[in-house]
Amino acid sequence: MQTKEIIKLKDITVSFDGEPVLSGLDLNISDGEFVTLLGPSGCGKTTTLRIIGGFVTPDSGSVFFDGQDIADLPPYKRQVNTIFQRYALFPHLNVEDNVAFGMRVQKKKPAEIKETVDRMLKLVNLAGFNKRKVETLSGGQQQRVAIARALANNPRVLLLDEPLAALDLKLRKDMQVELKNIQKSLGITFIYVTHDQEEALSMSDTVVVMDAGRIQQIGTPQDIYNEPENAFVADFIGESNILDGIMHEDYLVEFFGRKFKCLDAGFGPKEPVDVVIRPEDIDIVPADKGHLTGKVTAVTFKGVHFETIVDFKGFKWMIQTTDYYPVDSVIGIVLNPEDIHIMKKSEYSGMFGDYSSYSEEFDEMANPEIDLTEEAEVQE
Amino acid sequence: MIKSKAAAAPFTAWMLLFTIIPLGIVLWFAFTNADGQFTLGNLPHIWAQAATFGISIFYGAIATVICLLLAFPLAYNISRATERVQQTMVMIIMLPMWMNFLLRTYAWMSILENNGFVNQLLRLIGLVGENDYLPLINTGGAVVLGMVYNFLPFMVLPLYTVMSKIDNSVIEAAQDLGSNVFQVFGKVVIPLSIPGMLSGITMVFVPAVSTFVITKLLGGSKTLMIGDAIEQMFIGQGADYHVGATLSLVLMILILVCMAVTGMADKGEEADV
Ligand SMILES: Nc1ncnc2c1ncn2[C@@H]1O[C@H](COP(=O)(O)OP(=O)(O)O)[C@@H](O)[C@H]1O
Ligand SMILES: [Mg+2]
Repeated sequence: MQTKEIIKLKDITVSFDGEPVLSGLDLNISDGEFVTLLGPSGCGKTTTLRIIGGFVTPDSGSVFFDGQDIADLPPYKRQVNTIFQRYALFPHLNVEDNVAFGMRVQKKKPAEIKETVDRMLKLVNLAGFNKRKVETLSGGQQQRVAIARALANNPRVLLLDEPLAALDLKLRKDMQVELKNIQKSLGITFIYVTHDQEEALSMSDTVVVMDAGRIQQIGTPQDIYNEPENAFVADFIGESNILDGIMHEDYLVEFFGRKFKCLDAGFGPKEPVDVVIRPEDIDIVPADKGHLTGKVTAVTFKGVHFETIVDFKGFKWMIQTTDYYPVDSVIGIVLNPEDIHIMKKSEYSGMFGDYSSYSEEFDEMANPEIDLTEEAEVQE
Repeated sequence: MIKSKAAAAPFTAWMLLFTIIPLGIVLWFAFTNADGQFTLGNLPHIWAQAATFGISIFYGAIATVICLLLAFPLAYNISRATERVQQTMVMIIMLPMWMNFLLRTYAWMSILENNGFVNQLLRLIGLVGENDYLPLINTGGAVVLGMVYNFLPFMVLPLYTVMSKIDNSVIEAAQDLGSNVFQVFGKVVIPLSIPGMLSGITMVFVPAVSTFVITKLLGGSKTLMIGDAIEQMFIGQGADYHVGATLSLVLMILILVCMAVTGMADKGEEADV
């Protein structure tokens, strides 16, 4: 498929009050793509979106739209429209006048405006809501009005800043499907911001994982999940056990004092690496048949599976299994080559992927000191 | 909400003592003569003061419009500034209000006098001759200036209050949908600021139209407003409480009408939303 580049961010740097917010950001977006910027709160997603919308001027770097440098173009002259984080509907206008706003500014003919408003309201399942006051609408309906209002302007690119964050789970799932359908049927580019990895994986053509003002990885949802580039990505997207390993030769990695076959190549001899093992890829077997044996320390029922925390020589793994193994039972595990993913060491090495301090509520609170001692034990 | 009658008693007493009874006394004076007999004889005095009423409304309206034109951009810029700047700016605008109203107006008097600050400055830079002066004090302009200076905060504050509730993202949404600066103001900021404008207009026009201190100190004997006319009826030689009460009543009705009009506009605005 021939894809044309519609937006290009080149070496963008932004700081607020001396604090760097984006550092050397490069991003190319193809026409008609559904691109998601994914990362933890405060990593610079909104800022990136606002640069494209024209609301933030980068300290350095350039922004291209359709090959044209648009650095000096004010927001109202850009062919992009935004769905703001908090809808930002005009409180003094009814639904119809909100949706018609952009077209009235452009002095379109009343008949055309009327036709487009009705078409857009139908598109977002709000047909007949024309005269309703916006404050009488539910959160989900207000969000639909915001979408209709932006799309009525016929943008080439739609920017969406966590548009579903304020909705409850059920509605959010429905709207995800709806938004994806709208994007497909209109064929325009969506740049979607979220901190919800599941949302990102299920909706996007391309996921851009960000942290601390830098892009960590760009790829398809499958790439990002199966081939994370570093410990941050592996940890942020789904659950991961991340171990220290040493690459002996192509397709052979050592960890926990044992050599395993794997599918990765291209590392230096004896290069220290991060090894990722997804909790759902691990097969549990009787203790005497396993590559490794460990002791169950905690079990949580999650509906689809049991989340089982297993202690291997002081390093705790998360294993997702449909079978129940009670606390204190000793189990074995088997790791197949395709279950093992090797990553280069990065600044994030050692910060993630150890479930020793794991508890439901404090998922995010990794304790670096504990990590260090665990690592020391592992190397013994 | 306080529902208890006992709790409302002090308020009721206050209203009775300081609002209802004085109003009754004004009414009584307006419709009686010196012998305490009922009469409509005071009413013709209203026509005698028609010109004064006209001037008062005229100056009051001009001052209100100038206040609105000055306050709107000022309030808007404050409302878009950072929290700290907002607090500081509101403080600076309120600051003169902590000084006595008379004192502030006297200060303007000394600034505008024929040998006052402005004229000395003009002489210094040679714009007027050594023994010459620019007539500033005792003009209509000085009166309007005094009104604008004294009542500007009453326009800025309600506007600021309303504008600070306008979310920045709403303004950005308007830009995003293709509005330039003028369209953003015309289609979003001004419509959303109307409640603040209406209360600002009331809060400036009402004291401006009824002032007598400003006219007296800055307008000299030539500029007479309705406030001065009323004052003259209560103090000094030609005092006539009955005519004074009648004129006060007319002024009161004038102000009530003004408030009713802005109140109706406010209601209409809400109905539109
Ligand atoms: N206008 C601003 N002034 C100062 N700091 C800001 C401003 N906008 C964003 N920031 C800071 O920049 C960082 C990135 O913000 P943002 O792009 O909103 O992150 P995200 O959308 O990924 O949560 C945050 O630390 C935030 O506090
Ligand atoms: Mg954000």
